[in-house]
Amino acid sequence: MKTDTIAAIATAISDAGIGIIRVSGDEAVSIVHHIYRDKNQKDVLEHYQSHTIHYGFIITKSGDIIDEVMISVMKAPHSYTMEDTVEINCHGGVLMMKKILMEVIQAGARMAEPGEFTKRAFLNGRIDLSRAEAVMDIIHAKNEFALKTSVQQLKGSVSDKIKTLRDQILYEIAFIESALDDPEHISLDGYEKELSEKTGDIEAELSKLLSSADDGRILKEGIRTVIVGKPNVGKSSLLNLFMGQDRAIVTDIAGTTRDTLEETIRFGDITLNIMDTAGIRDTEDAVEKIGVERAKKMSEEADLILYVIDSSEALDENDEIILKLIEGKKTIILLNKSDLMEVTDKNTVKNFYHKNIDHNGQFTEKDDSISLLRISAKEKEGLDELKALIEDYFFHGKIVSEEELYITNVRHKEAILEALESIRQVKQSLENHMPEDFYSIDLMSAYASLGRILGEEVGEDLVNKIFSEFCMGK
Amino acid sequence: MNTMSELRERTDICVVGAGHAGCEAALACARLGFETVIFTVSVDSIALMPCNPNIGGTSKGHLVREIDALGGEMGKNIDKTFIQSKMLNRSKGPAVHSLRAQADKAEYSRAMRKVLENQEHLTIKQAEVCELLVEETETKSEDLNRTKKIVGVKTFTGTVYECKAVILCTGTYLKARCLCGEAITYTGPNGLQAANHLTDSLENLGITMRRFKTGTPARMDRRSLDFSKMEEQFGDERIIPFSFSTNPEEVQIDQVSCYLTYTNEKTHDIIRANLDRSPIYAGIIEGTGPRYCPSIEDKVVKFSDKDRHQVFIEPEGLHTNEMYVSGMSSSLPEDVQLAMYRTVPGMENCKIVRNAYAIEYDCIDPKQLYSTLEFKDIEGLFSGGQFNGSSGYEEAAAQGLIAGINASLFLQGREQIVLDRSQAYIGVLIDDLVTKENFEPYRMMTSRAEYRLLLRQDNADLRLRQIGYEVGLVSEEVYQKTLHKKEQIEQEVQRLKNTIVGASGKNQDFLIAHGSAPLKTGVSLAELICRPELTYEMISEIDIERKPLPLEVTEQVEIEVKYEGYIDRQLKQVEHYKKMEKKKIPADLDYNDVGSLRLEARQKLIAHRPVSVGQASRISGVSPADISVLLVYLESYRK
Repeated sequence: MKTDTIAAIATAISDAGIGIIRVSGDEAVSIVHHIYRDKNQKDVLEHYQSHTIHYGFIITKSGDIIDEVMISVMKAPHSYTMEDTVEINCHGGVLMMKKILMEVIQAGARMAEPGEFTKRAFLNGRIDLSRAEAVMDIIHAKNEFALKTSVQQLKGSVSDKIKTLRDQILYEIAFIESALDDPEHISLDGYEKELSEKTGDIEAELSKLLSSADDGRILKEGIRTVIVGKPNVGKSSLLNLFMGQDRAIVTDIAGTTRDTLEETIRFGDITLNIMDTAGIRDTEDAVEKIGVERAKKMSEEADLILYVIDSSEALDENDEIILKLIEGKKTIILLNKSDLMEVTDKNTVKNFYHKNIDHNGQFTEKDDSISLLRISAKEKEGLDELKALIEDYFFHGKIVSEEELYITNVRHKEAILEALESIRQVKQSLENHMPEDFYSIDLMSAYASLGRILGEEVGEDLVNKIFSEFCMGK
Repeated sequence: MNTMSELRERTDICVVGAGHAGCEAALACARLGFETVIFTVSVDSIALMPCNPNIGGTSKGHLVREIDALGGEMGKNIDKTFIQSKMLNRSKGPAVHSLRAQADKAEYSRAMRKVLENQEHLTIKQAEVCELLVEETETKSEDLNRTKKIVGVKTFTGTVYECKAVILCTGTYLKARCLCGEAITYTGPNGLQAANHLTDSLENLGITMRRFKTGTPARMDRRSLDFSKMEEQFGDERIIPFSFSTNPEEVQIDQVSCYLTYTNEKTHDIIRANLDRSPIYAGIIEGTGPRYCPSIEDKVVKFSDKDRHQVFIEPEGLHTNEMYVSGMSSSLPEDVQLAMYRTVPGMENCKIVRNAYAIEYDCIDPKQLYSTLEFKDIEGLFSGGQFNGSSGYEEAAAQGLIAGINASLFLQGREQIVLDRSQAYIGVLIDDLVTKENFEPYRMMTSRAEYRLLLRQDNADLRLRQIGYEVGLVSEEVYQKTLHKKEQIEQEVQRLKNTIVGASGKNQDFLIAHGSAPLKTGVSLAELICRPELTYEMISEIDIERKPLPLEVTEQVEIEVKYEGYIDRQLKQVEHYKKMEKKKIPADLDYNDVGSLRLEARQKLIAHRPVSVGQASRISGVSPADISVLLVYLESYRK
């Protein structure tokens, strides 16, 4: 059960020197107390005087040190929110701040709503009334934004997964509840075993989601980008263009790039981790074959694929292999060598795609996952458009404050964590052979937690599900 | 018009309708000392059960218990007139145990009529109320934004009853029409006279009406059924009464049986072949029906994968041969009904006494009501029951009781009561009705109560007796009894928590004998009861200091101790919930002044006018961010 103590990162989320995590509420002190040790390894936070600052460490449950920190304690009402407040000054890395925030949340705080510190400051009388309008605007704007980014930021596959899990959970609740409401028509005999298996599966899925949760990696580490294409279409030239220097060996002989190269580059505001690959083609050359395999593997793990096509050449069966490889990935198809005579244009690619890959699929100029762009790596044309496209893919048209993106990620994680805890509670109830009506209490909590990720309320979902799935009533 | 009666009567409160809501409402008002007139189109139809012959059932049983704890009549009345009783869900957790009794319908109705007839301050009047009389209010009260107040009612014969409050409990009678296939009659249930005039008066007052529908199955002649082809269904061996005031020894009666049989593919074929003759599928019915009571047509169409549906045959009373066919309500034409019923085993030669039919009626959109069941726009006008868009006898009675209590409190100038979602199923019922969008007759369900571990049927007295006492419907004696029970429970729970048993040979033997892990260190008796395999009763063997306590006490002790962890979690949720309920919204708040609200939220809030931030948060279309904005606005408004 979460307390009503809230936590969030108070400083800008960037790799600055120092970051601050703020915790506010009745239990701020006791929550941080649990995850803090002073330099003598003592848990002494609760004894600190108000308005003092101390040197120590944030530790995990198992006692491992996460970071060395300075902690300041401000007791109510002498703080920004006029509640007990603890501020953790830590090293400013994004990952570090996020890790500490997660510890605070696991210790019992909840993630602050956007604008909530200000809201509390206001409600507790800290900010004068003339600013009420401004406070409401802040809350409104921040929430609108957070909700939008929260939903948009979910990868399609993750959001599908969560929807599926929610559906499964709701079905089980509806089944239990329909049997409770209409015991003479619907029986729960033998259901315990069935539910036990199902919660096992759901627990495993949630654990997987949690460990693979997108840890703000794109922000911290950049967009994992893979450049693919047939040999000699200009992949390395493109990379060099990004780099501003000749790094990869570029020749006119097909198959020169045998090793994949990895480079981190700043492309305007965006960080790209670019992996150049050997040109993909069906090859008998052993060395080259390894390169192709790796390219395939990398494409699977990539956030973004840049698929380079030589627009002065026709498409062939190798392009078919590549198109299959990139199916379902965020891809920008670059029609390179726009300085030469155009043999393959956007329509050619589209038609080729429909003919060979997906006869029914959507493939438009601005598809959800595939875009087409004409460039010339040699003439340095099309780079700005490329940048705009990437921004569109990952930041919805603009580079937004990193804080917001980051927060929504932690929110997702918090919600999944809560859902997981609820499911474990169900397992516990099952092990104790509690009556069936106890299962649905925690299943419902899990359902609600996952709903928060999708921005969906519970509402009448359950009653509707009961009536649509089960034949009830006299 | 000049030939009309010019009689003018004066009373305190008028109750329109004498069904389950009207009876509770009228009794509450009269018992609280107000001169009350209850109107019915037929005195013979007081507390009529025109549909199923039972009271209670899942979550409805909870409602009856709560009505009883508050000082209502339904529980006592069914205890006098039941012919079979069962505690449903006994194998499941205590929160979902639910009492259901088969009623002798005629006796139930007669017994309730007798109570009404003998109630001081209460007058029964057979008349159709056609018009509500209102006046403009001259003073605008501080938190209410209303301009009209009720001053009386007028009957079809022209008589005016001046009064200070009116409670509308018109059930399914307003502009009622019954459908049996192609045959349509403009009557209320059981062929009773419909009330065709009041709707217009309500609409003239600006009240928004809607049209709902419900239905009932056929009644069979018992002699035409072959029970040897059905499964006999017995009542419980030990009967538990509904009312906390009924002595359990007095309800251990000889019970009658019900019977279970099933539809089959033949039945379904007949239904499918004649769907075009069903008024619902032919589009003749315009009202919305309850999903909980689907007609057999609906079941066959929506759950086409099911090859059979259960059919319960239930007696309508001891002095009648009529049998209720539960599970097969229908609005198909008579010839199809007969053919379809006759495919069911045991019903091959059945004779229908009354045909199944569907009924349509006018009711209101209950969002026009406060949680007190008073109309937001008209002072002194209250309503309850199916008129408010609910379904079921128990739901009706619960609202009738609350409307009756609040009309009385209103006349006393006292603060009206609102049961919240953490206090009672009645609270959930009314909050859902007045807050959420309901598109069908609302039925209570245990899944609607989010704090149901706290809202058990076994502790309704502990939850609500005090409120009934403060209102004035529960006697001092009964209240003191409840207080004593509470004290005994608390003391025993404390004793179990404080009594530590050690790892002595006797204790270890006891645990091993019951398949429970032996002790390593001393534990409290409470901890032992928490073990799934042990009960309060079982550990009496090693609980040497135990003194005998009444069953109603030990039952509570066991539940409180055994499910403490879960109950504590719900209590914490309730704490959070109550915080938001306590933040009141002034009735005259202009949402157009609240900047930063999203348009949808603004419109919904204007339409609903919620009384608290908590209620606002349950309106669909109002987001948590809107609630934050509202909180900030209210804070600055307050200052």
